[in-house]
Amino acid sequence: MGPAFDEMNGSDGALRPSYAELSRWLRDIPPDVLDYRRREAELLFRRIGITFAVYGDSDAQERLIPFDVLPRILSAAEWDVLRAGLEQRVRAINAYIHDVYSRREILKAGVVPEDLVFQNPVFRPEMNGQRVPHDIYVHVAGIDVVRVDADTFYVLEDNARTPSGVSYMLENREIMLRLFPELFSRHRIAPVENYPDELLATLKSVAPSTASADPTVVLLTPGVYNSAYYEHSFLADKLGVELVEGRDLFVKNNIVYMRTTTGPQRVDVIYRRIDDDFLDPLAFRPDSALGVPGIMSAYQAGHVTLANAVGTGVADDKAVYSYMPAIIKFYLGEEPRLKNVPTWRCREPEHLAYVLDHLDELVVKEVHGSGGYGMLIGPKADKATIAAFRAKLKYDPKNFVAQPTLALSTTPTCVEEGVAPRHVDLRPFVLTGRDRIRIVPGGLTRVAMKKGSLVVNSSQGGGTKDTWVLDR
Amino acid sequence: MLSRTADNLYWLARYVERAEYLARIMEVTHRLTTLPLAYVGATNEWESAVATAGCAHAFSTYYQEANEETVTEFLCFSSANPSSIRNCFELARTNARAVRTALTVEMWDAINGAWLELKRFGNGPSSREEFIRFLRWVQESSLRFDGSAYRTMLRNDAYWFSRLGVYLERADNTARILDVKYHLLLPANERVGGPLDYFQWSAILRSVSALTAYHWVYRESVKPWLIADLLILKDELPRSLAACYGNLVQNLDYIARAYGRQGPAQRQARATRTKIENSRMEEIFQRGLHEFIEEFIAANHRLGAAIAEQYLV
Repeated sequence: MGPAFDEMNGSDGALRPSYAELSRWLRDIPPDVLDYRRREAELLFRRIGITFAVYGDSDAQERLIPFDVLPRILSAAEWDVLRAGLEQRVRAINAYIHDVYSRREILKAGVVPEDLVFQNPVFRPEMNGQRVPHDIYVHVAGIDVVRVDADTFYVLEDNARTPSGVSYMLENREIMLRLFPELFSRHRIAPVENYPDELLATLKSVAPSTASADPTVVLLTPGVYNSAYYEHSFLADKLGVELVEGRDLFVKNNIVYMRTTTGPQRVDVIYRRIDDDFLDPLAFRPDSALGVPGIMSAYQAGHVTLANAVGTGVADDKAVYSYMPAIIKFYLGEEPRLKNVPTWRCREPEHLAYVLDHLDELVVKEVHGSGGYGMLIGPKADKATIAAFRAKLKYDPKNFVAQPTLALSTTPTCVEEGVAPRHVDLRPFVLTGRDRIRIVPGGLTRVAMKKGSLVVNSSQGGGTKDTWVLDR
Repeated sequence: MLSRTADNLYWLARYVERAEYLARIMEVTHRLTTLPLAYVGATNEWESAVATAGCAHAFSTYYQEANEETVTEFLCFSSANPSSIRNCFELARTNARAVRTALTVEMWDAINGAWLELKRFGNGPSSREEFIRFLRWVQESSLRFDGSAYRTMLRNDAYWFSRLGVYLERADNTARILDVKYHLLLPANERVGGPLDYFQWSAILRSVSALTAYHWVYRESVKPWLIADLLILKDELPRSLAACYGNLVQNLDYIARAYGRQGPAQRQARATRTKIENSRMEEIFQRGLHEFIEEFIAANHRLGAAIAEQYLV
């Protein structure tokens, strides 16, 4: 693995134009000011209550995600490339899910193996032949993108179920505007604050045809103990919609109502931040106390829209990921604009053999895993860890995919010893409505705060940054 | 508005109010126990504090004896007591988190800030001085929260439901003090009322922060039947039963007007207020102060149930 590409200084130490102002500003600003602002930012975050919960860590029930005060900057040209690629990818994902639950052309053509769909635990037979408004399944997608050099972006992961993190994108910008007004005045930065409006427009555009002209939208949360609860309440507030829990809703004659102080009120669109499994104890997990009994049948009757749709998981596990370039070609007849990271599917014997031989240089991930849990980073792991992982892999190869260890790009980051390069990724949020696809410029940049670390997940100590897309 | 949101706002306000009340009870108890026995008699003030807090039963399952240590732990810091000051803040914040969208930034800041700061006090104070500071801090946190609500909330159903929580809790608290201390206020005690009772009487007034108010209203030395009069019938005193019910009726009316419908909660609140309005202290004493208070506590409890039934579930 060669030296990583730095978004400020390139590979060769030559200052890149999009970072020119930031570099000048960093030279002028006294180091203690930066440190002072950093502490101020932390105080603001804690006061606002932006915390997240880490599962299996009872001591720190609510933790702050570290926030780095130095922005990650993308030029307008770089963003154009990303935006076009993201739109293309999400259009293909929607076409794929629609196909999987209707005619299954792609399976008949042998492009994607059948068992990958039918034996996938997140495949929902309930959705077979089920129409959803305007054939849109993934209304909100979070596509994780990494960069390895000046021109190459890879899609690392598609999140087509309930992607989170957008509240950090919005709050990071607000905090930055408060802390560094002078730095903003030196740049022209595309705003992100219109995201909630775009989201609401998207959600309203997919209301059932029987809904009134001004459909009632709600945000369904699993509740205060969910790790993303802050985000749910934040978004509901910005959207101006009720933040409901399962117990606030009930179904009567296949219509969904919420309990209000003035009696039952009909609900048309549910932006649900709760997994399929917990949505309806009558249809899925009977022990779920988070869901709404009967909501699936109201959904199947077409009386309520769920965003995202049920069963979108068939498009976002890591095994399907490896077929994404083929999926794009199949439905759109276009070459993928954003590359996939080369992926070995351990389900295929020759791939598995290669992976077992090269464990010390590969990243191995669980097909259904997320949040950086249960993965092996070969080059960073010791012999014992690799040996243990080898056993897991041999026992259930289907459950794993492997990728080369990418040299993720770095950006300047405030750390203990001053300003230093740290690895980053990017999660832009792609909204798909009846009328069009909307993407707010930028997204959530996650940064591995530890030197040399490639794991940016917040559950593993990663932080976030404000992401700037420069206007022309 | 979601019923659950109204419920959370209502309980958020109740828990903050309760925390403040507990802090005042503790402060007053401390004050009484520092006086020489000759001034207050040989009663166990700590026992009476637990009774006034309404958790005598729960207390007796955990402790043998009520003393400074056990009562401080149970009423202030215990996690076993669902109504300890710590749990009040904990529950208030849980409710606040559940309705972040219905709170103003100032209110969230007040309750979240208090919750964060509570950790500083750990499992109990290291000294009396620190404990008294803690009690002041609890009262200030409650004031800050209540002030934030008063100054920043839109005057709509969210505000009215949170006010219902405040006044229902407050009425309950004042009534409980009367319930535990009523024997000190009976006219028969007047004759034996030496210095012993004087300090008990002023303690009652302090526990509803009304010692100064008393003097302004009556311009007399402290007399037990006037204390009862002040705490039960005087509209001017914000913690009197009369004032609480004036406010309950008013806020329930706002809700009924906004929703276009009156219900059992409105009728019950009005009935209790009318009863207080038509009462005179002589009559109450004649018929029995204790019975009056007990009836009031039961009616107040029923009103809480009626509000829940009508709006919160």
